[in-house]
Amino acid sequence: MSGPIHIQPGETFTLNVGPQHPATHGVLRVKMEMDGEYIVKAETVLGYIHRMHELMGENRTYPQVLPNLSRLDYLGALGYTHAHVLAVERAAGIEVPERAEYIRAITVELNRIASHLFWFGAFVMDLGGFTPLMYAIEDREYILDMLEAVTGSRLTYCYYRFGGLYNDIDDDFIDAAKAFIPRMRRQLKKYDALVTGNIIFEKRLKDIGPISAEMCRKYGASGPVARGAGIDFDVRKNEPYSVYSEFDFDVPVYHECDSLARYMVRMDEMEQSLRIIEQGLEKLPDGPIMPKKKPKLIKPPKGDYYQAVETARGSFGIRIVSDGTKNAYRFKLRSPTYSNMSLFDEACEGMMIMDALAMMGSLDLVIPEIDR
Amino acid sequence: MGAYFSEIFLGLKSLVIGLIITFKEFFKPVVTVPYPFKTIKMSERYRGHIELIEDEEGNPKCISCGACQRACPSGSISLASKSVEYEAMVKGEMKTKKKKVLTKYNLNFTTCSLCGQCVENCNFGAITFSKDYNLASSRKEDFHFDLLKRLQERNS
Repeated sequence: MSGPIHIQPGETFTLNVGPQHPATHGVLRVKMEMDGEYIVKAETVLGYIHRMHELMGENRTYPQVLPNLSRLDYLGALGYTHAHVLAVERAAGIEVPERAEYIRAITVELNRIASHLFWFGAFVMDLGGFTPLMYAIEDREYILDMLEAVTGSRLTYCYYRFGGLYNDIDDDFIDAAKAFIPRMRRQLKKYDALVTGNIIFEKRLKDIGPISAEMCRKYGASGPVARGAGIDFDVRKNEPYSVYSEFDFDVPVYHECDSLARYMVRMDEMEQSLRIIEQGLEKLPDGPIMPKKKPKLIKPPKGDYYQAVETARGSFGIRIVSDGTKNAYRFKLRSPTYSNMSLFDEACEGMMIMDALAMMGSLDLVIPEIDR
Repeated sequence: MGAYFSEIFLGLKSLVIGLIITFKEFFKPVVTVPYPFKTIKMSERYRGHIELIEDEEGNPKCISCGACQRACPSGSISLASKSVEYEAMVKGEMKTKKKKVLTKYNLNFTTCSLCGQCVENCNFGAITFSKDYNLASSRKEDFHFDLLKRLQERNS
């Protein structure tokens, strides 16, 4: 090398973010064409941890695919297994007892809070604040302990079964969940004071990283990304599944379209999830957790079945094409982060790299779920 | 000019609020555990790797039907058995009967995903989850468990 490299005016250079980079939270590579600090063009490169979950779904029986679904998104695993059991129950016509439905809703919402909490910590860490991550992990630990006592694992749960649950919840869980709700409300107020009100945080996010409603529709973005762009869509409200139609909760929608709006949506969603858990624990009926009549071998009749659920990251859908055998003919997963990610290329054009990474953080990416 | 000063004031204000919140945390109880010296009790339903259950005589309850092997999504379980003749009283007379005895029960923990399908599919209550979680090793062979041997070691 002889001397420093001088970039001529108008000349661009290529910058690789990832595949191993702390800001991408996983094995994601973004090839950026840079003009100084500004991004001219970005291209996301996927596929570094592709594991063929869809194909695995086709050459395994329906119960055998259950553990795969929780490996898609390790932060909000219960939502994904929920989609699978609902899809197969719809296909095979299995009745679910009411108690099981309520427990599913409670545990899914707890998992959603855990996922949002971790996102909150990691997002603030992306912006340079380390302390909130520690507080968020402490709160998340309470949820993990509760779920571990019920499901037996801490992260990649395999709790739901076709027709019901693996095992029932006990009084300890109910007490712990009841104690957790007021605690979490206090903590949310603390986060609001510590992070949301912080002037540095606001300056990094406000009016930065615009994702308009048209762009969301173009790329099929859903979840908090779409709700931060003013699209009032939540699968739990628009196409209620399970027992969600019996809960009273609001869907937070913000019209600012910036990174701060997406942050606010998630913070409000945690509050709404707490409301759902509170009502679920109140209404929790007694009864069995598995149906009396359940087919030994699950063989859905020929047909095409689709089930969407609202996970922590957006609407997740499973399409099962059954040919009447014990394996699915086609097992298609529609993952929310894939759609949310694909708008990044267009949205970050002309942005400064620091703002683009802040916007990437606000998309809440979980890479195993994109690459599945 | 007014905006400049109000911004400085707002910045200082949010700085002070942040410091107050973090300062309060000093007086809260410690939530972490000094891990190798102190461990947390695993919850009752914790799902570790599987373990064979013995009957009253100390033999494995397993009758080697192979239901767990078929249910396993990743093919982690392999078992073998031999048939043994034994004499038993059936309706007042002695008869020679055959039964299967487990000779090998191996779990390949490197591919196991701890889903619990094997335990759920066992009709004889012959396998359960262990509470082992300290399973670090740099050799692959350490994760090929011979569960029958583990059971005998536990008994002796």
